[in-house]
Amino acid sequence: MNCIVCMASVPDTASVIKIGGDGKGIDESGIKWIVSPYDEYALEEALQITEAKGGEVTVVTYGPDHAEAALRDCLARGAHQAVHVLGGEATLGDSFTIAKVLAGVIKDRQYDLVLCGFKGVGTDCGQVGQMLAEILDLPHVANVTELEMGDASLAAGRDIEGGKEKVESPLPAVITCQKGLNEPRYAALKGIMAAKKKPIDKIEVASLGIDESSGGFYAVEKLELPPQKAAGTIIQGEDDAATAAAELVKLLREEAKVI
Amino acid sequence: MAGILVFVEQRGGEVRKASQQALSEAKRQGGTVSAVLPGSGISDVASGLGAWGADTIYVADDANLALYSAEGYAEVVVKAVEKAQPSALFFAGTAMGRDLAPRVAARLGVGAVADAVGLTLEGDTFNVHRPVYSGKAFATVNTAGNLPQVISLRPNVFAAEEVAGAGELVALDGLSLSIRAVVKELVETAGGELDVAEADVIVSGGRGIKGPENFALIKELADALGGAVGASRAAVDAGWIEHSHQVGQTGKVVSPSLYIAAGISGAIQHLAGMSSSKIIVAINKDPDAPIFKIADYGVVGDLFDVIPPMVEAIKAL
Repeated sequence: MNCIVCMASVPDTASVIKIGGDGKGIDESGIKWIVSPYDEYALEEALQITEAKGGEVTVVTYGPDHAEAALRDCLARGAHQAVHVLGGEATLGDSFTIAKVLAGVIKDRQYDLVLCGFKGVGTDCGQVGQMLAEILDLPHVANVTELEMGDASLAAGRDIEGGKEKVESPLPAVITCQKGLNEPRYAALKGIMAAKKKPIDKIEVASLGIDESSGGFYAVEKLELPPQKAAGTIIQGEDDAATAAAELVKLLREEAKVI
Repeated sequence: MAGILVFVEQRGGEVRKASQQALSEAKRQGGTVSAVLPGSGISDVASGLGAWGADTIYVADDANLALYSAEGYAEVVVKAVEKAQPSALFFAGTAMGRDLAPRVAARLGVGAVADAVGLTLEGDTFNVHRPVYSGKAFATVNTAGNLPQVISLRPNVFAAEEVAGAGELVALDGLSLSIRAVVKELVETAGGELDVAEADVIVSGGRGIKGPENFALIKELADALGGAVGASRAAVDAGWIEHSHQVGQTGKVVSPSLYIAAGISGAIQHLAGMSSSKIIVAINKDPDAPIFKIADYGVVGDLFDVIPPMVEAIKAL
């Protein structure tokens, strides 16, 4: 059973975000690039499926040069093949263009399941998996926290507000993976050494018929930091917690008017 | 401007609050508002949508639409788009809306903008204000001239306002539903627990609550306030509570009216998930905890001493 994992290289979640000089993107100096955390669940699931059922895991990423480190990380964890579509800076956050690029890479390959993270941490759109499924004319299940693979079908549980939807779908299909699905492994030293030698298939985005300068479907006009908050009211409650609690409730009722 | 079509989500014959908010926001933007409602046995729900500002209500009532499916519901929405020819298509940013919007957008051959927290109309173009990097920054974006503009709206950000009105019902027929991924069952969490993504009040516990049993105390405060129970990543990773409660960069990003963080120090990833809450309260023993920097109100003290009298004081209101 062959799996394709779509992976995005994103700023480490501990990064302090600063606005870049053009006012439309972040200042990338000092940013550490990692595998988007939800894509780690996608990779782990794909590795477990192929370990159980045979087949190969191919990781596809669309991003600039920095994405190679994240791709090597995926190879180190056990992915068999890696495809790097070079580009993606002009189309950051443009889910539909990203989905078209990924579909261009995936469409002629042999696969049973395509796995994405439920969103890319950073642009936070959570749309690529569904769009990819539509372009490839495949069924999809998003936000998957439980998965059982049959030979020609899958059964998945997906998180919704206050419950779970139990979904069944024929293969091939696209799923987007949510925390809770599995515990991603770390790369072992042996894997890291081996990954350095594994080939990465580099593709120019233009060769997929995508013109990154055409304007796309998502235009960023401005990027800004959230407004600074004024200092709050601090109540000392170490000695007399009951009085502090009463004062807090009074403030929430009378000043903030939220209870 | 031309009209806005709003996808309306219902569960068990009740319109989701987030859909009422999306309809109301469409109405406030001016122009004609239409709604599209898929489901089964939903004629009462449909006729009630006029009161939320819908002038025309496209209804697809079909047994195969009783439970959600992205493919089936997309078919319905695309049909309504063909009839209404809207310049914008709004979805409530629920699990369903966030799943359906991109599938529909791709079928229409356009992109989509997720998680709007503000909308400014310039001519026919919506400039969408949306959090990125989990709220560490905000972007103003648009669909680069592509129509319709497919936008999902974050729940609990836009006000729901009832209006006097009765919309015209239009049945969508001739659907050719082709559904491959089928929802077999909807399993609701025991006790109909309120989800953090939908709650107007959230009380979250972190490492400082010391163990899974103490989420009972957090729940007591949440219940007194009619709110939901949230958690920091530390509490979830320790196995004290399910991931569906996690607030933060790798959990849910929330913006309730009131967010109470108890025993949460305030790692940057947690702050990213809740800093857009309207009022933030921190309860923590450590006066230097970073959570106090973004709190509107803070109590420096032991949560085990502070929360019980809080619950009493709230019940006495």
